[in-house]
Amino acid sequence: MTERPTVVVTGLGATTPLGGTVASTWEGLLAGASGVTRLEDEWARDFPARLVARMAVEPTSGLERVEARRLDRCQQAALVAGREAWADAGFDPVPKSKDGVPSETVRGVDPERLAIVVGSGIGGATTMLGQDDILEERGVRRVSPLTVPMLMPNGPAASLSLEFGARAGVHATVSACASGAEAISLAADLIRLGRADVVVAGGTEAVVDKLPMAGFAQMRAMSTRNDEPERASRPFDKGRDGFVLGEGAGILILESAEHAAARGARVYAEIAGAGITSDGYHITAPDPSGSGAARAMTLALRDAGLSPADVVHVNAHATSTPTGDVAEATAIRAALGDHPLVSAPKSMLGHLLGAAGAVETIATVLSVRDGVVPVTRNLEDLDDGVDLDVVSVEPRRLPVPVAVNNAFGFGGHNVALVVRQV
Amino acid sequence: MANEEIRDGLAEILEEVAGVLPADVSEEKTFTDDLDVDSLSMVEIALAAEERFGVKIPDDELANLKTVGDAVTFIEKARTSA
Repeated sequence: MTERPTVVVTGLGATTPLGGTVASTWEGLLAGASGVTRLEDEWARDFPARLVARMAVEPTSGLERVEARRLDRCQQAALVAGREAWADAGFDPVPKSKDGVPSETVRGVDPERLAIVVGSGIGGATTMLGQDDILEERGVRRVSPLTVPMLMPNGPAASLSLEFGARAGVHATVSACASGAEAISLAADLIRLGRADVVVAGGTEAVVDKLPMAGFAQMRAMSTRNDEPERASRPFDKGRDGFVLGEGAGILILESAEHAAARGARVYAEIAGAGITSDGYHITAPDPSGSGAARAMTLALRDAGLSPADVVHVNAHATSTPTGDVAEATAIRAALGDHPLVSAPKSMLGHLLGAAGAVETIATVLSVRDGVVPVTRNLEDLDDGVDLDVVSVEPRRLPVPVAVNNAFGFGGHNVALVVRQV
Repeated sequence: MANEEIRDGLAEILEEVAGVLPADVSEEKTFTDDLDVDSLSMVEIALAAEERFGVKIPDDELANLKTVGDAVTFIEKARTSA
């Protein structure tokens, strides 16, 4: 049996509440910045939870007007992040032929060996809501013919396939807040199975709108600390009272190590393993024992051929909900022990739902590359149920040969990814 | 004169919806091959033209409007008969 291909990361792109690029986002994460603000829109006035983490840079500012108007906001974000990642990996922009289909000559990668895996938790909800308003007010003849491609959950992945001329398949993972991490897991599988040499992988989300905000609020899942936006998202802290809805996108270029070496690409880190489990316990509540989450981490390490002692940093999913954070802390202890340093970037980014797992994998990759564990903002009083070394106040600088990124989602999805230094 | 007004109006719509440069719009140009307008944008253009010129463009007529000139002629007729 031949050895399976090694999967490496050669490009990164992101647009988040901390910045419109990977560099600005990473800088914000190391500085302990906050991307959370209070919604001042009229419609939000009576909402119990009014906090959001909007993208720091409007995605339309980086796009041509006509391309932007054909895309839902989550697709715009994915395109902005995708282009950054593509260029970061050293690939040239893909020329468009007259009929809109990219030409065959994609420098550096054969289009038939290029795949896309981009997930979203919800998809184009703001398009659906906006077009429903138009339908109700002005009738069927005024509904946009772009409604369906803008709202379909595979829309972001499909948009990137047009952008880069990918011909080895387009996939959209839909596993709520684990979607972005599951996309990276699936992308790594495609490379390991020999189905692609390069995969554009990640997640995107942009659903700051009335109905999603109302729905999450009615679940009592969101922080209502409306008067202190920057202090509202506080994973692992005793005073946490829910998550803050964020928006953004994170895209990674995954590549077989052989392909990356052949074209002389710069390599950030290796995606060494992935573990996926499901709780089968409750539609939204995490299994309090954390056993499904713990098994995901254990499986990911086994996949990577590593042991718990190797893990230096865990980028926690920790969304700042009362039950979720403690369940994850229990899972980390059970699967890995109490030695890894833990960070919770949602304290700064808010919860990017389907983009979270991808943006936070980018943070995990940079932690490994730079040898630093970012801070967890707003951690003032560690919850008694969290017996872990959660990094707060100052980033911790130390070699990080191996890190784990967790992402969990409503529906009982658990994904753990292992990132290894190269 | 009416023709020019309609053509200029269509050019504005084409720019707004599909990013077509107004200078590229002339009556003999086909929407699909010359101006690179796809079928989804064509529906948007028809809707915008209906609003702007106060006419109805039924779907079976839309299929026959191959060139900018076809559209100008159709809209002009529809307006005078309205």
